[in-house]
Amino acid sequence: MNCGVVVFPGSNCDHDVYHILKHVFGLETKWVWHKDRSLKGFDLVVLPGGFSYGDYLRAGAIARFSPIMDAVINYAEGGGRLLGICNGFQVLVESGLLPGALMRNRSQKFICKPVHLRLENHDTPFTLGTQSGAILKIPVAHAEGNYFADPETLKTMNEQGQIVFRYCNPEGTVSEESNPNGSSENIAGIANTRKNVLGMMPHPERCADPLWRDRDGQVIFKSLIKSYYS
Amino acid sequence: MVPFHPMLAKVHITLKNGVLDPQGKAIHSALNQLGFEGVSNVNLGKYLEITLDTMPEMEAKKKVREMCEKLLANTVIESYQITLVP
Repeated sequence: MNCGVVVFPGSNCDHDVYHILKHVFGLETKWVWHKDRSLKGFDLVVLPGGFSYGDYLRAGAIARFSPIMDAVINYAEGGGRLLGICNGFQVLVESGLLPGALMRNRSQKFICKPVHLRLENHDTPFTLGTQSGAILKIPVAHAEGNYFADPETLKTMNEQGQIVFRYCNPEGTVSEESNPNGSSENIAGIANTRKNVLGMMPHPERCADPLWRDRDGQVIFKSLIKSYYS
Repeated sequence: MVPFHPMLAKVHITLKNGVLDPQGKAIHSALNQLGFEGVSNVNLGKYLEITLDTMPEMEAKKKVREMCEKLLANTVIESYQITLVP
């Protein structure tokens, strides 16, 4: 399984996800510079977290026009597995590969803390290693994670099983109190209709190293490996 | 010969109606706390000044609209208003 980690100017979680893919899971992993134009041969491409282009204009708005993005769009449209984490998720919504938009947190604050997520759909290559309803503890670190989509889009997404993670409390209850950033319907992560593209605000790469106590992020990477070999 | 007159496009980008504007709300409450009365709403947006080479106004407007659609505004949540100043 060949993995590519795209590096934009300002990416800062690229090394974390590279470490998890390459050293924890032993996957063939390569850097992809934002000026490259090809994603040939990759089985998984990750758009990592960070502050691409300093979040100028809007988070992800300028990275979305990086030279590599034509290849990213072609790769996704061809069914390639594409994971966008945090800033990577912001790039995915800006590029139109995923619906909706990510706005400034309701609290106006940068939020950096572990949160609980309820898995809403295990029928994706990113989540098939666990069951819908599972509760994962994964950290968030963002200022623009407030997911917005109009009611019609939300309805379609619910019907199509595109909502993959929602913020919940430790018991798995999705409520206003467990919503850290004001996201519509507590949405923390979504997929496209084909389920080969996943965007999520929480950082699974920050809790996937076996040396750490919290390892729930491993579910995402294990699922991708399982899906590749099945 | 027509002298060279750069044209200025003023672009205002604001959140669409119905999209919650937490920054506007925070500013509104700060104004209230400072004792400014009679403020019923505050919306925060972005303002850009784009200097264009000389070109017909129609063409300038079309060009700036394309810029807004493609990059400057996220039309999922934002609307834009263009004013051209010769």
